[in-house]
Amino acid sequence: MGRKIRVLMAKAGLDGHDRGAKVIARLFRDAGMEVIYTGLHQTPDQIVRTAIQEDVDVIALSILSGAHIGICRKIMQGLREANVTDKLVIVGGTILEEDISVLKEMGIAQVFPPGSPLDAGIKFVQERLGDVTNRQEKGVSGDGF
Amino acid sequence: MMEENMSSLKEIEEALQSWYKRRGIDSVPPAYTELGHPVKVVYTPLDIAHIDYMEKIGLPGEYPFTRGVYPAMYRIRPWAMRLYAGFGTAEDTNKRWKFLLERGNNGVACAFDLPTQMGLDSDDPLAEDEVGRVGLAVDTLADMEILYDGLPLDRITSSFNINAPAAIILAMYVALGQKQGVPTTKLSGTLSNDILCEYVARGMWVFEAAPALKLATDVVEFCTRYMPKFYPFNIRGILLREAGASMVQEAGFTFSNAIAYIESALARGLGIDEFGRRISFFMATGIQIFEEAARYRAARRLWARIMKERFGAKDPESMLFRFTGSVGGSVYRAQEPENNLIRGAYGVLANVLGGVQGMLHPALDEPFAIPTEETARLALRTQQICAYETGVMKTVDPLGGSYYVEALTDQIEAEIQKIIQTIDDMGGAVSAIEQGYMQKCIADEAYRVALEEKNGTRLIVGVNCFRGDQKTERKMQFHRFDPSVLERQLERLNRVRRTRDNRAVSRSLKRLKKDAQDGVNILPALIEAVKEYASIGEIMATLKEVFGTFKEPVVI
Repeated sequence: MGRKIRVLMAKAGLDGHDRGAKVIARLFRDAGMEVIYTGLHQTPDQIVRTAIQEDVDVIALSILSGAHIGICRKIMQGLREANVTDKLVIVGGTILEEDISVLKEMGIAQVFPPGSPLDAGIKFVQERLGDVTNRQEKGVSGDGF
Repeated sequence: MMEENMSSLKEIEEALQSWYKRRGIDSVPPAYTELGHPVKVVYTPLDIAHIDYMEKIGLPGEYPFTRGVYPAMYRIRPWAMRLYAGFGTAEDTNKRWKFLLERGNNGVACAFDLPTQMGLDSDDPLAEDEVGRVGLAVDTLADMEILYDGLPLDRITSSFNINAPAAIILAMYVALGQKQGVPTTKLSGTLSNDILCEYVARGMWVFEAAPALKLATDVVEFCTRYMPKFYPFNIRGILLREAGASMVQEAGFTFSNAIAYIESALARGLGIDEFGRRISFFMATGIQIFEEAARYRAARRLWARIMKERFGAKDPESMLFRFTGSVGGSVYRAQEPENNLIRGAYGVLANVLGGVQGMLHPALDEPFAIPTEETARLALRTQQICAYETGVMKTVDPLGGSYYVEALTDQIEAEIQKIIQTIDDMGGAVSAIEQGYMQKCIADEAYRVALEEKNGTRLIVGVNCFRGDQKTERKMQFHRFDPSVLERQLERLNRVRRTRDNRAVSRSLKRLKKDAQDGVNILPALIEAVKEYASIGEIMATLKEVFGTFKEPVVI
C-alpha cells in the first residue's frame, strides 16, 4: 500500500479564527488523509519549513483576516526559493471574488471563498492527487498506517 | 389559588393522554432542541406545575431576575444599539463613528485590527499584511487622539473589544481623558478584558495564562478604585460560540471564566460587592428564538444564584447577568447574502425576548467583509424597527409563563450548571483551558454541526435546501480595503518615534518592567508610558520579558 495523502493545515498570519481550519482538518482526516495542524499565528516562513519537514503533499491555508494576498505571495515565494514545486497549495477564507485570479496567478491551485461546500477542498485534493495507486506510481513510499 | 370551576392538573393530564391517543400524536415525527433534547408537540400546565413562581421566576428586577434585570425594562429605555466599527487608521474610523452617531448609534464600539489585538506595532514584520484590515490600527496615544477628535470623552461611552493588551488601551483612554481635561472618574465605557476566552477560542493571546489573569485583575482593581462609570470586564461568550460552542457550552464556559476572574479579584482583596456590579457579558445569539430566550432567562437565574450563594454578594446589583447580545456572524451565509437581513432580524427578536441590555448587530455582508456604510445602516435599522415598530417593548418578558419556555428555561439552566460543575472539578477555568478541555469540546461541537449541515439534517435556506437559481443573485458592493492604510499608519508611527522624548520612553518602560516584576498593579506605570507615547509593541515586548509567552495546546 502507498502512503496516505499528507495535508498541512495551516493558520497563517495573526488571524485566530480556527473553527473552519479545525473542521476541515477533521474532514480531511475522516476522508483517510493524514493531517498535520500547525496551530495559530504561523508565519509564511514557518509554514514553508513545516511543509518541507513533514513532507506533505498539500498545504491547506486558512485565512479569515483579509491578509491572504500578502501571506500567500510570501509562502509561494518561500516554496520557490526552497525549490519546492510538488506541493498542492490551496487556500480558504474570507476571500472576495476578484482576489481569486490574483491568487491563482501566484500558483495557488484552488481558492475556497465564503459559501464553498464543506467538502469542496477534499474533493479537489482527491481529484488532483488521485488514489493510493496513482501515488505509488509517483514513487512515494510510506508506512500507510 | 385555583378557582373551583377551573380544571385541575389531573383533569388536564387525563385530557392530554386521551388527546395523544385520539389524535395519533405519538406518530408525529420527533423534534429536538439544539441540545438534542426531544421537544414535545405541545406543552401544558403540567410541564411547569413543579415550578414555584416566586422562587424560580419572580418579578423583573428582583431576585432571581429570571424575568429581567430591571423592573420595567424597555418601557423605560430600549436596549443600547451599537455597531461594532473600526477599520484603517484612526482618521478612517473617526469618520465612520461620526456617521453612525449621527444616525442614532449610542456610543461607539471599537474594532481593532489584529496587530493591535496582539499587541504588535504596525511596523512589526508580522503585522505587514494585517494593518487596518479587520479593525483600526492603534500604535500610540497619537492614534487615540485622532480617533476621538471631536468626540469628548465625558459625552461618549466607548466599548473596547480587546483582551491581551486591554490594560494598555485602558491606560490610553485614561491618558486621553486627562489630555481632553476629562477627569478619570467621569470616563464611561466597557473593556472586554477577557483574556481567558482568547485561549479557548480566537487565539488573540500573548502571555502565559496565569500572568495574563493577573494583568486582567490589575484592570479590574484600577477601575474599581478610580473609575466608577467604567466596566472593567465584559466577559465574552460570543468568541466561544462563534468557534462552535453550543448555546449551553457558551454560557457554561463563560460563567466558569467569570468565576476565575472573580476569584482572582477576591484574592486581590476586592470585595464582591465592590466590583460585582461591573461584571457584564457579551453573548452570541442564534436564531432558535425560544431556546435563546429561555437560555438568557436561565442564565440570569443561575448567575444571580452564583453571585449570591457562591460568592456571598449582598448587593442585588452584583447579581445581575447584564449582557450585550449579538447575532453570531456564523449564523449568516455567503449564499444569497440578503437573506442574512432576515436571519439577523429574528436574532434581534431572540435577543429582545431574552431581555438583552445592548446589541451589536452584524451587517448582512459579514461573511465577506467588514460592513459598508449602507449595510451598517441596515443593521442599525433592523434593531430600530424591532424596537419602535413591532411593539416588543410594551411588556417585560412576554414569554414568561409560557409552558414551553419555562420548561426550556429549567432544562437549560440545569445543563449550564452541569458544565460549570465539570470545570470546577477540573480545578477551574485556567486549568481546563491549559488542558485543552474547553477547546476540544468546542471543536467537537463545531464538527458535529458542520456535518449536520453537510448531511442536510440541519436546514439552511438557500444553502442546503430551497436552492434557487443562484445566478440571479444581485452583485454586492463590499467594503474595499484601502491600500494606503499601511503607509499612512507607518508615517504617523515614525513621526511619533521621531518627535517623542525617547529617553523618557525608556525610563517609563523600565519602571513598567520593575512594577511587573514586583507584582504591583501596573496601570499607573502603563499610563505614564503611554503618555510618553511608548507604543503598544514596545510595552508588550517589555511585559513579555516578565510574563512569558503562551504555548498553545494544539487541538483539532
